[in-house]
Amino acid sequence: MALLFTGCTLPTFGGYKGSTSQGRTEFHLWQGFFITGIVVGGLVFLLIVWTVFRYRKSSDAIPVQSQYHTLTEIIYTAVPIVIVLVLFVFTVLAENNVDAVATNPATEIHVYAFQWGWEFKYPGGVKIIGQTTQAPTVVIPANETVRIDLKSLDVLHGFYVPAFNFSRYASPDYYTTFDLNALHTGTYRGQCTQLCGLYHSLMFFNVKAVTPAQYDQWLHAQQALVRSQPGSVPKLPSGVNSSAPAISTNSHSGGDPSSD
Amino acid sequence: MTDVIAPGTTETEAPGLHLPPETDGHGPSGTDGHEEHGHEAHGPTGILKWLTSTDHKVIGMSYMITSLVMFYLAGIMAMFIRLQLTTPHASLLTFGQYNQLFTMHGSLMLYLFAGPFAFGGLANFVVPLQVGAPDMAFPRLNALSYWLYLTGSITMLMGFLVAGGAASFGWVGYAPLSSATSSPGAGGDLWIMAIALTGFSAIFTGVNLVATIFYLRAPGLTMFRMPIFTWNMLVTAILILIAFPVLTSAMIMLFCDRHFGTHIYTAVGCHAVSGAAIQGCGSPLLWQNLFWFFGHPEVYILALPFFGIVTEVLPVFSRKPSFGYKGMVFATMAIAALSTGVWAHHMFTTGAVLLPFFSFLSLLIAVPTGIKFFNWIGTMWRGHLRFDTPMLFCIGFLFAFLMGGVTGIMLASPPIDFATHDTYFVVAHFHQVLFGTAVFAGFAGLYYWYPKFYGRMLRENLGKWHFWLMFVGFWVTFMPQYVVGLLGMPRRVASYPSNLGWESYNIVSTVGAFIIAFSFLLLLINLVVSWRNPVPAGNNPWDAHTLEWFTTSPPPHHNYTHLPPIRSERPTWDYNHPDNLTVPHGKDAVHVKERVPVG
Repeated sequence: MALLFTGCTLPTFGGYKGSTSQGRTEFHLWQGFFITGIVVGGLVFLLIVWTVFRYRKSSDAIPVQSQYHTLTEIIYTAVPIVIVLVLFVFTVLAENNVDAVATNPATEIHVYAFQWGWEFKYPGGVKIIGQTTQAPTVVIPANETVRIDLKSLDVLHGFYVPAFNFSRYASPDYYTTFDLNALHTGTYRGQCTQLCGLYHSLMFFNVKAVTPAQYDQWLHAQQALVRSQPGSVPKLPSGVNSSAPAISTNSHSGGDPSSD
Repeated sequence: MTDVIAPGTTETEAPGLHLPPETDGHGPSGTDGHEEHGHEAHGPTGILKWLTSTDHKVIGMSYMITSLVMFYLAGIMAMFIRLQLTTPHASLLTFGQYNQLFTMHGSLMLYLFAGPFAFGGLANFVVPLQVGAPDMAFPRLNALSYWLYLTGSITMLMGFLVAGGAASFGWVGYAPLSSATSSPGAGGDLWIMAIALTGFSAIFTGVNLVATIFYLRAPGLTMFRMPIFTWNMLVTAILILIAFPVLTSAMIMLFCDRHFGTHIYTAVGCHAVSGAAIQGCGSPLLWQNLFWFFGHPEVYILALPFFGIVTEVLPVFSRKPSFGYKGMVFATMAIAALSTGVWAHHMFTTGAVLLPFFSFLSLLIAVPTGIKFFNWIGTMWRGHLRFDTPMLFCIGFLFAFLMGGVTGIMLASPPIDFATHDTYFVVAHFHQVLFGTAVFAGFAGLYYWYPKFYGRMLRENLGKWHFWLMFVGFWVTFMPQYVVGLLGMPRRVASYPSNLGWESYNIVSTVGAFIIAFSFLLLLINLVVSWRNPVPAGNNPWDAHTLEWFTTSPPPHHNYTHLPPIRSERPTWDYNHPDNLTVPHGKDAVHVKERVPVG
């Protein structure tokens, strides 16, 4: 399917091109579905328009009272079945790619969603936490496989990065795992998409993709900081606790999420 | 098929018995005589009649009026929602009020309007008439259904009066947000009780419809002579019996979670019960499975009746039989069967469902739906189309549902769902589907059957204005939502960042919503005008096909004093146009010579 769609100069049809390899796969599928939709929907649309104009009442005569035309009925049953099968094959190919989990990811990040913010936990005790007033920024290496283990600390949340064409629920009863392979460096906005209570509208985060070298350098610096100041949370964005909405203090104070 | 005459048919065919008071039905009808006859035969009038009646027509009308009140209330809530979203950081509503409003908008529209309007209102009124029955099979159960529904509706609205306000966890009530810790307060409890009450109401109506359709059909009315609307209501009623018990029990379990510490839907908090550090003894995911096992059949419970309306209206205004009648019936059954196996397409992004299975079944629904589409086009093909208001609404439905259907195919593909889940793309999709069915087709049904309900016509010019404004408003409202959804705007947000270019789309959408709202003022004016200055409708103002148009408008107390012979799914047409019967097809064609024109 990649052969069918990549390299073409097709329009984006309003979708993001996808800044991860998974998102790019989705984007090509989207293009395919959109074109199919335009063609099939357009034909049906034209058929309705033509029928409505062509057969508007011209006289009081009663038209022929025909009710069946077996061949036509067979055709318009069989053709959609074929279309659906084709769409399904491309869907499975794309979803196997999007859902694939590598055996040896370069980095594994645990993501915890809570009312109303995010905590990103790296190896070596490095944590990035942010809430409604100060969206956290998770740093990931570009061109490498990043494993995300996602869980919620309270109600359902939705981990959604529009530019990655990807979202996944954070549920309190299980970890869900997926891979992200950012295609290039950059900062991408993310947001909670699953209604999670009062401040759902403000549950933002950012994903910053840097080169693998920069990433290693940054992570080592943060790990060193954790070692030198045990117990502290490095890189905690300022103002998180001071001006956060009053109700949010209880909801994520359940201690270290790793104990879950 | 036409050579088979059911036992008892001869009785209704006896000379003199099948002469209706008004056979062509185009002139003003003598409704008065039958009104009086009805009252004479049957007790109280006025409010007491409304309170005590077991007549399916009175109950159906109560259902329709109540559900229309819910529709208008939910519409007003939608206006507040749209106003809030016109600017990125509007202060019209607080976040809490906003969450309450979209929760109640969805709950009213889905639980209290679309379903009850169709299977409590239209079906209640029309199905017994279409099958030639004097009433529903269980008239008192029918009354109980309505009173449960009314009680449930009031219960839900009471949420606005209690401390903490109405339920604010969305119409899907996802656990654990709907738990006592995350959403304390009586609003959530009232919401649960309201849905349990209306759930029982729907189940009872389902039982009633199935029994009525199976046992009370008139002589000669074999299953494959039933009007498509009745067919669709039969399948809908069976779906109700599959889906609503699951919803009602899920709600009761949620209530237990909130008040009796059962932890069915909560993942933590079982320590005290078990005495050991066991976690995850309940499952939030279970709620989603149970809810959507109701929720997706529910989508078709909301759609099939309206497909049925379209399949009634298009033939009448094309002056042709419904094209591919049997295919239509089997397509309806196929949709119903598939609809019980697609619930987890709402859960693709949980990462905990079998994607290919649910994706394939969801995509497959396009096939029977496509059959319906082509049958509708085939019905108009070579017809003589008259564009009265009901027909306009049906053609509007075709365009609206086409758009909603195409985007539905996209969302059935998990990778595309990952990209658009819980964004305005999905909001636009399901509003186009549900607005297309419940509103376009629903109001086609209202304009179509209103003359039968009250024996008077609605005004065509106001009806056409209603349609055109609503049609324009529909596209202006929902098309920008697809675009802003693809840009990443999530649903259920009360504010959004101002630097992302979402504002202009939201402004257009709000303008569209107000055009729709204005069009519904015209409907109210139309109802008032028709009430004050009645234009008599006669028995059969549209030259329609099915049995209900054979009796007077409004029908007498037990619906029929006599019936025409029923030899096809169009007895009234056959009676009025004996020289223009349906062209025989297939094995029926063999028996064409035995087919005796009536009258």
